Amino acid sequence: MIRFDAISFRYAGDATLRLSDVSFSIDEGELCLVVGPTGSGKSTLLGCLNNLVPRFTGGVRAGRILIDGRDTTLLPPRELATTVGYVGQDPLAGFVTDTVEDEIAYSMEQLGFAPAEMRRRVEETLDLLGIADLRERPLRTLSGGQQQRVAIASVLATSPRVLALDEPTSALDPIAAEEVLAIVSRLVRDLGTTVVIAEHRMERVIEFADSVLLVGDDVRHGDTRTMLAGARVRPPLVELGSKLGWSPLPLTIREGRRAASEQRRAWMERRPALPTAPPPGPPALTGHRVTVAYDDHVAVDGVDLTLHRGEVTALMGRNGCGKSSLMWALHGAGPRRSGTVTVHDGAAVSLVPQTPTDLLYLTSVAAECAAADDAAGVEDGTTAELLQRLVPGIELAAHPRDLSEGQKLAVVLAVELVGNPGVVLLDEPTRGLDYAAKAVLSEIIADMAAEGRSVLIATHDVEMVAQTCHRVVVMAEGELVSDGPTRDVLAGSALLATQVAKVANPIPLLTVEEFLDAR
Amino acid sequence: MTTNPLLLAALIGVVITVTMASRGSTPWGRSFSLYLWLALFIVVLRLAFRVLFGAGGPTVLLDLPEVPLPDWVQGIRLLGPVSLESLLTGLYGGLQLAAIVVSVGAANSLANPRKLLASLPGAFYELGTVIIVAVSALPQLGESLQRVLRARKLRRRHAARRRRDRLRAVETIVVPVLTDALERSLALAASMDVRGFGRAAGQSRSARVSLLLGMLAMGLIGAWAFRFMARSEDVAVLGVPIVSTLLLVAGLGAAVLALRASGASVHRTQYRPIRWTADESIVLACGAGAAGIVGWLAAGDARVLDPTTVPLVWPALTPLLLVAVALAALPALVAPAPTPSRTAP
Repeated sequence: MIRFDAISFRYAGDATLRLSDVSFSIDEGELCLVVGPTGSGKSTLLGCLNNLVPRFTGGVRAGRILIDGRDTTLLPPRELATTVGYVGQDPLAGFVTDTVEDEIAYSMEQLGFAPAEMRRRVEETLDLLGIADLRERPLRTLSGGQQQRVAIASVLATSPRVLALDEPTSALDPIAAEEVLAIVSRLVRDLGTTVVIAEHRMERVIEFADSVLLVGDDVRHGDTRTMLAGARVRPPLVELGSKLGWSPLPLTIREGRRAASEQRRAWMERRPALPTAPPPGPPALTGHRVTVAYDDHVAVDGVDLTLHRGEVTALMGRNGCGKSSLMWALHGAGPRRSGTVTVHDGAAVSLVPQTPTDLLYLTSVAAECAAADDAAGVEDGTTAELLQRLVPGIELAAHPRDLSEGQKLAVVLAVELVGNPGVVLLDEPTRGLDYAAKAVLSEIIADMAAEGRSVLIATHDVEMVAQTCHRVVVMAEGELVSDGPTRDVLAGSALLATQVAKVANPIPLLTVEEFLDAR
Repeated sequence: MTTNPLLLAALIGVVITVTMASRGSTPWGRSFSLYLWLALFIVVLRLAFRVLFGAGGPTVLLDLPEVPLPDWVQGIRLLGPVSLESLLTGLYGGLQLAAIVVSVGAANSLANPRKLLASLPGAFYELGTVIIVAVSALPQLGESLQRVLRARKLRRRHAARRRRDRLRAVETIVVPVLTDALERSLALAASMDVRGFGRAAGQSRSARVSLLLGMLAMGLIGAWAFRFMARSEDVAVLGVPIVSTLLLVAGLGAAVLALRASGASVHRTQYRPIRWTADESIVLACGAGAAGIVGWLAAGDARVLDPTTVPLVWPALTPLLLVAVALAALPALVAPAPTPSRTAP
């Protein structure tokens, strides 16, 4: 269905090749998962499918691409509208019209479909993606998962043979992500659409995937299990399976539980010793009956929360359940209708917002660092030094917008940490980070806690929470619904459990290391 | 057209009734109250000006002391006696403006700008797209501005003391907002291209035909305009100047054909276009009928429409005017109700 023939790509004025001599072919009806670290060229590769790269990004591309037997190398993206459906990371940024129905019809309007045919297809697409009850809703009022489904619907209406999805779930909470991925797998099964999907949290997709395209220094394509056996980054379940030599390598929780059944029985007889969280330090920040209300709704409803020194706390919950509002209220920069926030021992509080780039406005990393030194009243070069310690190798002369997501986050963290805050609030820092960047972030967070700072992280990433956090707080509808040690909260929940926890259930083990140690 | 306060008040009432009856719960639909406040403000302002810069009249209501002004502002009087006549003139004029504002507001809150643009002839499609994109970019710009302003509170806690600091403050807001807007527009352009925007456009032959027709239209209308300005001699048949009329008709015809031709080169269709039905015709007839009656009256007895204030005459509503008002109010009853949302918002 898709054949890449010796594709190379580089940006104009840059000698390094982003893709170098890439050749592979994907069969019809295949779901191909594209895996690789940030900046390895996953998005570039997906863009090549409908020639957005290089038509839109600029740059030089060599080689040939055949889709559905047709040489598409030289066609502009609009000529491929009925062949390749492309959905980007942020659905809202790609919406052209303002209601669901119009958005789905847009592509067909452009291609001159007959009105009757158009009407029929809109209805079909609405039903196919289960969004018929949203048909007249304005796009902006939809939740993230609904928006992503509408975005997929809008490219599916012209029934393309190939669907390219560039990290469709990176901004979604676990449940919304499930929704979207379930739809994708249904498309593959029911319609035979060929799907190429890039996804950081591959544990979500791996069970549907027929093949994996590994993007790194070179690009390799092959069967899921074979490719994963040799991959550097893998989902926890696969990691566990390969460490314990399970064969075949488990891809689904079901396979994992079967392979681990003997181990679980042994544990049931003699419960393993579990590592315990260190006792929390003295309180660093106390929120008492914090309430945040906007014109039409109450975002945070009388929340009591105490953060302790040296403790890392995760704040979890659906999109829109009030996590951000609570963070901003605790920091003091956001609105607070009632309640009190007490910061103990005069510690400074700093907050890294969801879009960290909002805080960066100077033209180079060096200038940002100097401004931070100036604002904090510390010696010149302190921030730059801190940044190098956090993430070595960031070009100081680079423009902040040119950095990868992980690097941007590191710059903002350095800028915030130079003021020596006692409490650090991170609003969804893991968004758009790959495994390597997340590992670095985990280390930074652990260091911050070791220095006696109190850290609160809002995130959807259960694996990261299991690795780094001592305590988990779950919010729903503006209220705290559970608050306790990570092990109790995650292992006891059906939706928040990590892959390893699901395999080890009812033994509350959360991570691969814990599983291996407990044997 | 009229300064008859009774007629104006009745018309404003009619417009409000019709709008309330048929507007939807869309954002632009909700903007109507804004126009009502503006209209009220205009009337109050006109009256206030009449009191402040009082004009004379026989019936003095309130004898305010006049503020003495130097010679060089001759012709302007500050305060002084307030007469009933000058107040009424202000009220009539204010009502007139208010009626216009309310009507514009009604049109604005009844029509969906997107649907309106989608109904434009094919030749204007690109222009329509530009406007739609601009319209939807505005709230996004507001959102990113809000976000950046909020994020700013996290950094730079020290107050801006020097002028340079204040300039820096502007920079810290403008730079992220503009970068954001730029990134968004690029994403939108890519998305439109991916989904086939512009694929059907530009078949060279009909493009050339429409260009030729367009130039012809401009030439013909230019010639007509020249003759009109220069008041050239013309052959008149039955009181109609033949040459000028022919030029005008031919020019307009060519313009319509040019639009047709360029529209035909675009193979684009519209999803669920608005259909012109009997309801639409009735509403249009009601409006035209009311306007016709008032126009016919204006041609005849203008005193009904423009009651004098000096000497003071109580304005009257003749039966014919009442018919016009009733006709204008009819759409509130006969116009189709706004399409109820099939899903709960």
